Amino acid sequence: MNGEGSGEGTPCFHCGQPVLPGAVFHLAIGGLERDLCCVGCQSVARLIVESGCEDFYLRRTVPSARVDPEQLLPPELALVDQAELERGRDTAHAHDVAEELVLSVDGLRCSACVWLIERYLARLPGMQLAEMNVTTGRLHIRRDPARCPTSAILKGLRGLGYTAYPFDPLRQGEQARRASRRLFRQLFIAGLSMMQVMMYAVPAYLTHEGIDPDMMALMRWASLFLTIPAVCYSALPFFSGAWAGLRARSPGMDLPVAIGIAAAFTASAVATWRGEGEIWFDSVSMFIFLLLGSRYLEAAARRKSAAALERMHQAFPASALLVPGYPARRETTLVAAAQLQVGDVILARPGDTVAADAELLEGDAELDLALLSGESRPQSFQPGQQAPGGAVNVSQPVLLRVLRTTGDSTLAAITRLAEQAGQGKPALAQWADIVASRFVVALLLLAAVTFLAWHLIDPARAWETAIAVLVVSCPCALSLATPSALAAATDRLLREGTLVVRGNVLETLRRADTIVFDKTGTLTQGRPQLVALWSIGAQDRVLALAAAMERGSLHPLAKALAEEADRRDIHAIEVTQLESVTGAGMQCLVDGVVHRIGSKQFVAQLCEQPLPSIFRQDTVTGAGAVYLGSAHGWLGRMDLADALRPDAVATVAAFRALGLRTVLLSGDQPEVCAEVAAQTGITEVIAGCTPQRKLDYVHGLQQGGAVVAIVGDGINDAAMLRAGDVSFAMGKGAALAQVSADAVIMSDRLQAVAGCARMAQRTMRIVRQNLAWATVYNFVAIPAAAFGLLNPWMSAVGMSLSSLLVVGNALRLSRASHQKEAAPVPASVQAALAGGV
Amino acid sequence: MEALYLLIPLSTLLVFVAIWVFFRASDGGQFDDLEGPAIRILHDDDSVAASQEPSAGK
Repeated sequence: MNGEGSGEGTPCFHCGQPVLPGAVFHLAIGGLERDLCCVGCQSVARLIVESGCEDFYLRRTVPSARVDPEQLLPPELALVDQAELERGRDTAHAHDVAEELVLSVDGLRCSACVWLIERYLARLPGMQLAEMNVTTGRLHIRRDPARCPTSAILKGLRGLGYTAYPFDPLRQGEQARRASRRLFRQLFIAGLSMMQVMMYAVPAYLTHEGIDPDMMALMRWASLFLTIPAVCYSALPFFSGAWAGLRARSPGMDLPVAIGIAAAFTASAVATWRGEGEIWFDSVSMFIFLLLGSRYLEAAARRKSAAALERMHQAFPASALLVPGYPARRETTLVAAAQLQVGDVILARPGDTVAADAELLEGDAELDLALLSGESRPQSFQPGQQAPGGAVNVSQPVLLRVLRTTGDSTLAAITRLAEQAGQGKPALAQWADIVASRFVVALLLLAAVTFLAWHLIDPARAWETAIAVLVVSCPCALSLATPSALAAATDRLLREGTLVVRGNVLETLRRADTIVFDKTGTLTQGRPQLVALWSIGAQDRVLALAAAMERGSLHPLAKALAEEADRRDIHAIEVTQLESVTGAGMQCLVDGVVHRIGSKQFVAQLCEQPLPSIFRQDTVTGAGAVYLGSAHGWLGRMDLADALRPDAVATVAAFRALGLRTVLLSGDQPEVCAEVAAQTGITEVIAGCTPQRKLDYVHGLQQGGAVVAIVGDGINDAAMLRAGDVSFAMGKGAALAQVSADAVIMSDRLQAVAGCARMAQRTMRIVRQNLAWATVYNFVAIPAAAFGLLNPWMSAVGMSLSSLLVVGNALRLSRASHQKEAAPVPASVQAALAGGV
Repeated sequence: MEALYLLIPLSTLLVFVAIWVFFRASDGGQFDDLEGPAIRILHDDDSVAASQEPSAGK
C-alpha cells in the first residue's frame, strides 16, 4: 500500500497514509521531528500536542483518519464563537442556558480516541464533566455555559478530527433509547427465567423411576413462579403486537406467538394447580427468550441506522448566512441556524434552504415547498410575503428577515424529513406482510382443526399438539425475512456513507435497467478550478471583483472563483444591487458602475466593445470561460475546468458490467458532455437539457418500460430525481436535490452508487434465501406438528432457531466484507501509487 | 433430600432478588455503555503531560 517504490515513503505520522514527496509537513511530536502528509493532519497533530495530549499517539492502536483541511474548520463553526459573543449572554439560548449538553460524535476509531476527547475537553475552561458513551456515540458534557460555549467544544472536537453535532435528547432519540433498554431488560429476564426453569425441568426429563410426588409438585410450583416474569413482562411485546394486529384487523406474526404462549402457560398453570397433567413451563420460557433474542438483534440493526439518520438530520440545514450589516453592507457570515434571532436578515442563495420562517425583503423568489407541503411545483414569492423555514430557494439569491426562530420553524421541516425517511415500506416487505397475515389466519384455523381432531383421537394430547402447531409455525421467519435484511443493508450502507431515505431503494435498484447520470458535480468534481486568467489591468482586481459578485451564488463556477480569491488572499470588493440573471450571470453596481460577470453574450450586451484579442483564444476542451466587464469595457476572462471524479470511470464501468444502459443527461454544452462521456464510457449523451427536458426524457424512458436509476446533484436535477424510479443525490450537492432523491451519497463518492447496486443484489439474494427457508421450514414443520410428531419444546426450539437463522443471515449484510471499497482512497494517494509503480 | 424443600423455594426467591438487582443496575445506567469503561480503565492520566491539569471535579 505504501509508496515504497519512491524511496522516501515514511507514512504520515498522524494518518498513516503515504506522504507525497515534496509535500511534507513537519511537526515535533514526542521529541522527534515527524513527517505529516497534509495541512489537515498537521493542524490536528499540533492541536493534540499543544493541548498536552501527546500520549494519544502512544495509546492509539490504529492510525487516525486522514483529515481533509476543508472539513477541519467548516465555515459553519468558524464564526459561531463571534456570534455567541455578540448576542450570547444577555439573550437566553436554549442550549446555552442548560448546564448539560449532549453531543453526538462521529469518527471514533479506537480506545485512544475516547481518551483524547475526554482529556482534551476536560482541559477547556469551565468544563466540569465530559464523558463519552462509546456504544451510542454520545458525548455527555456538564459545563459552565458562560465560560465554555458550545461552539468552543464543537470547534475543539473538529480540531481533533472528529465531527460533532449538538444532540437534542428530547427528540425521537430518547424514546428509541428507552425502547431498546426495555427490550434488553425483557431479554435478560427471559434468559434468567429460562435457565432457572430448565434446572427444574431437567430432573423430570432424566429420571425414569419417577420423583417423589411432593418434590415434583414443589418443582412444578417453582417453575410456575419463575415463568410468571417471563410471561408477564418479557412476552409483553408479543401480546401488545398481537393486540395491535387484531385491532388493525391484520393479524401479524405476533398473534400465533401470543396465543401459543398464553395457551401453553395457562394449560401448564392449570395442570400445576390440579397436580396432574403435562407442564410446558420450560418450553414457554425458552420460546420467549429465543424469540426475543432475534427481536433484539433486529432492533439493534434498525436502531443503528436510525441513529445515523438522526445525526444527519441534525447536521443538515444547520447553518444560515447572516447579513449583520444590512442594509449598509452585504457581507455575510455563516451562523448556526439555531442562533438566528427574530429580526435578523439572512441571505438564501439558490439551492439553499431558508433557515427559519422569514419575510422576503428583496427580490422575487421562487421557493420550493415540497418538503413542507408536498407541492412539487415551486411557488413565487414577492417582497413582503412570508416564506416558511425549510423552503428551498430555487431562484436567485434573496434576502429575508427572520420572523420566528428556527426552534419553531425549521425543526418542523427536519422532523418531516425524518418521518418521511421512516415511512415507505418497500413493495417486497408489504407483500411479505400480507402473506404473513393470511398465513396467520390459516394457521389459527389449522391449530383449531388439529385440536378438534386430536380431541377425538386422543384427548390427552389435544392441547399439546395444538400448542405445537401454533409455536412451530414460523410466520416470524416469513415476516422478518425482508425487513431484517433491509435494515442490515441500510445500516451497512450508512456506514459506507450512503443514506437510504426511502425504503424502495435497494429493491428498485436491483431491477433498474437504465442509469442516468448528471454531469457537473456528479460525474465530475463539480468544483471547477481556475485554469487561466486574462485581464485588462491587474489580475487581482479582476479576481476581487469576480469574487465579490459571485460570493452570493452557489453556482459551481462562482464558488471556484470565490475560492480562488480566498486562496490568493484577495479580499472582495463591496458591491451593491447584486442580482442574478438565470442562465447568464450576475450583475451589480461597483462605485455606481454596472458590472456583469457571466457568459460572453451577457457581458457583451453591457460592454458594447469588440472582444479584446487576448480574450479570443480557444478554451481547452471541457473548460468554460467566464467573462467580466463593466459599462466601461471588458475586464477579464477566466477559464475554469471541471475535472472528472477519480471514481467516475470505475462507477460507469461497474454499471455497464451489470448490463445497465448508461445515459448522460446534462445542461452543459454538447462538446463537453461528449468529452466526458468518451472518458467514462457512457454510450448515450443528451446535452443542453433544461430541467424540464431532463424530466421529459426520464418520463419517456419510463413509458418505454425502463426502470430508471438517476444520479444527480443540482437544483436542476431535482425534478428528474423525483421522477426516477430510484435516485441518488450527491452529499455536497444542493439541498433540494437531496430532499428529492431516494438516497443521499453522504460520502460524496460516486463509487458509493455502484456499492449500493452491489449491496442491492446481495440484499435481494439474502431476502430470497430467507423467504425460501421460511417456506420450506413451514411446509415440513407444520404437518409434523399437526400429526403429533413434535412436542411443544421441540417446536419452540425449531421456530426460534428458524427466526434466529433468518435474522443471522440478514445480519451478514451489515458485516463489512473488507473489499477494495473499504476505505476511500484520496486522489493524492492514488497519484502516489501511480507514481510508485 | 429434605434440604431441597428449603433450597427450591430459596432458589426461586434468589431469582427474584437477582431480577430486582438487575433492574436497579439497569436504571442506574450500568448497561448503557458496555464498551466505554473497559477502554477508559486502560488509559489513566499518570503520564508527565497530564501534570498541569486542574483535576476535573467528578
